Amino acid sequence: MQFRKAALLGAAIVAAGVLAGSMAQAQNEQFIPGLIYRTGAYAPNGIPFANGIGDYYALVNARDGGINGVKILYEECDTGYATDRGVECYERLKAKGPTGAAFVSPLSTGITFALTEKAPIDKIPIISLGYGRSESRDGSVFTWNFPLVGTYWSAADIVLQHIAKKEGGWDKLKGKKIALVYHDSPYGKEPIALLEARAKLHGFEFTPMPVTAPGVEQKATWLQIRQQKPDYVLLWGWGVMNSTAIKEAAAVGFSRDKMYGVWWSGAEPDVRPAGDGAKGYNAAMLQHGAGQFDVHTDLKKYLYDKGQGLAKWDETGEVLYNRGLINGMLGVESIRTAQKKFGNKPLTGEQVRWGIENLDLSAARLKELGFDGMLRPLKVSCGDHEGTRAGRIQQWDGTKWNVISDWYESDDKVLKPMVEQAAKKYADEKKLTARDCAKES
Amino acid sequence: MFYREAGQFKTDYASDQQIFPILQDRLFVLAVLVVAFIVVPIFGTAYLFSEIFIPFLILSLAAIGLNILVGYCGQVSLGTGGFMAVGAYASYNFWLRLPEANNLVVVFLFGGVMAAAVGILFGLPSLRIKGFYLAVATLASQFFLDWTFARVKWFTNYTPSGSVAVGELSVFGWRIDTPVERYLLILAFVAVGALVAKNLVRGHIGRSWMAIRDMDIAAEIIGLRPLRTKLTAFAVSSFFIGVAGAMWGFLRLGSWEPAAFDINRSFQILFMVIIGGLGSLLGSFLGAAFIVLLPLLLNQLPAWLGIQMSTALLSNLEFMVFGALIVFFLIVEPHGLARLWSLAKEKLRLWPFPH
Repeated sequence: MQFRKAALLGAAIVAAGVLAGSMAQAQNEQFIPGLIYRTGAYAPNGIPFANGIGDYYALVNARDGGINGVKILYEECDTGYATDRGVECYERLKAKGPTGAAFVSPLSTGITFALTEKAPIDKIPIISLGYGRSESRDGSVFTWNFPLVGTYWSAADIVLQHIAKKEGGWDKLKGKKIALVYHDSPYGKEPIALLEARAKLHGFEFTPMPVTAPGVEQKATWLQIRQQKPDYVLLWGWGVMNSTAIKEAAAVGFSRDKMYGVWWSGAEPDVRPAGDGAKGYNAAMLQHGAGQFDVHTDLKKYLYDKGQGLAKWDETGEVLYNRGLINGMLGVESIRTAQKKFGNKPLTGEQVRWGIENLDLSAARLKELGFDGMLRPLKVSCGDHEGTRAGRIQQWDGTKWNVISDWYESDDKVLKPMVEQAAKKYADEKKLTARDCAKES
Repeated sequence: MFYREAGQFKTDYASDQQIFPILQDRLFVLAVLVVAFIVVPIFGTAYLFSEIFIPFLILSLAAIGLNILVGYCGQVSLGTGGFMAVGAYASYNFWLRLPEANNLVVVFLFGGVMAAAVGILFGLPSLRIKGFYLAVATLASQFFLDWTFARVKWFTNYTPSGSVAVGELSVFGWRIDTPVERYLLILAFVAVGALVAKNLVRGHIGRSWMAIRDMDIAAEIIGLRPLRTKLTAFAVSSFFIGVAGAMWGFLRLGSWEPAAFDINRSFQILFMVIIGGLGSLLGSFLGAAFIVLLPLLLNQLPAWLGIQMSTALLSNLEFMVFGALIVFFLIVEPHGLARLWSLAKEKLRLWPFPH
């Protein structure tokens, strides 16, 4: 009896101590939630991204002592790419820290769609780096969404521009057949609108081919491709769907250099499982490629030499790890921009939103941060939540990615009217009044 | 000691036939309702409402629906996710195309009626097939409905992404925005739904379902019409599941794609019914609590205890422990958690004087 009472009392004291301790620390810290996934069918691609983000925040804390002295408090929550789990993680973490979550990056278009409804009410901005709703580029309607560096319509346009250049001009696309093998989810369906618009403009035949999530069953799709013999196949997959698609393409003998993936289907976990079968596969680049840059020198010095990095050192130059670094960097720089206006203290989501909307990264600043060669200068504004819309194409040669094209910029002549129309439709459905960007800036 | 009925005499048929004949039961249920309707809204946090109570209540309504079909009528069905999708998309289209009727009660009931109609359609094979074969036929309904809502663009209002979103919800003029308001609306639906279900299974309809479940040939011989009985089971069950699906889409997610109602949802609700207890309304609630809340508890327990773990380890551990607990409970009590509860009640009648 005595021992049991003593044990219970001891446990209570320890628990209280843990709680008090954790509460005491979190006074001058900026909380950032991490909605990532390290398990499930999309884990091969989710893990390097999560490592990149976590490492960048740890680097900022170790190298700079935080953002102007405010340390970053980062907590991961595994969503498994499931929308309801993503919403649950968001609800659990949105109010943590002294001022709540700074911003959220769910790494899933499906979860982004769900959080787009909740973010304006909770006043927490969503940074959807290279994913999310394409029309959320229009900041006058989508005040809280930031599809930084690229949307899916930009991606599809960049790939088509490269194909047109290869063929010798847009008019040479007339009569060609372009198929889209896509993940049957909001992510996969996003580019269809742009591809249909371009098909009408230039006269090529566009065939969408859905693949049921998670995408391990693709034999029927690729047999269809073998019958129809399209000239080009665009791959809009994620997770195991990508490696399966490349293996199936090798099995039916579809030439891999006629396959073009988007920036989410162009990373090492997608091509390595297919071995030699992936040679020649092309993918769009979200501006950056694989490789080590100046920021990696800092990562080695401050984290990996002390054994504190989340990944293995060889993995730190991979495409998705670098993308995680960029996501972390854009978030940190947004908070820094906001701190210039609101002070060097933990900020609320609303203040960080202002920071993202006024983010202006020049080439000099990117060089300072160590991201020279990974990102081009970007400037976010009220009307343009994308910041920049350029990309290149890279090709896998069996061991590494090689950049095979110049910079393309997505064509606003085609895109802007589509964005405005889609944003207006959303505003009408939701009965929102768009902000007047001219007045705000 | 607590549960004795000694001294509780019934003097008329009405009190003898009431749902909770024992006074202690009535008091307990009344206390639960008071806590649920009054205490929780005052003291609860937003996370508690939106992530704990709302999913638990909505899925217990779906589990009640499936329990009526599988537990009371014995027709195995794997089409629950599809019927939830029918409820959700029917309600969405009603809400979208008739904005004057922006009253969630009407919208959800419409979704339920549409789901009941579809349920009757897919229940027709049950007149010729039984058991696992019927499970396969209802599995076909799940995939067919999945395909319909993904491919027939009219249902999703021609959105390019296939995702639909709702907003500006109201009930009889009262706006439903905050988690508390959503919680109270769902609680009202679930309370009324559970009452209706309880009375249905106690009445002649429920007894005809149970007769079909126990031995359908004998039931047919004594004069119960199998066509009518099985189709009413499918209709009522799909109505409940459709209303639950509409609530899941409108009040839990706000914006959803067809994958929210896929085969995994069907399995999830079937497991709730099996673990909770077939043929028991309390079992639906217990099963829903087990399947919805236990993974969240397992996920957050190490953090409460101050144990640091990588998220990957945490996720995998959650799956393993959850699976082990399912196996454990099914070995300990194959009839489900509701049976464990009724055993406990039996023991409580004698406690503290076991013999």
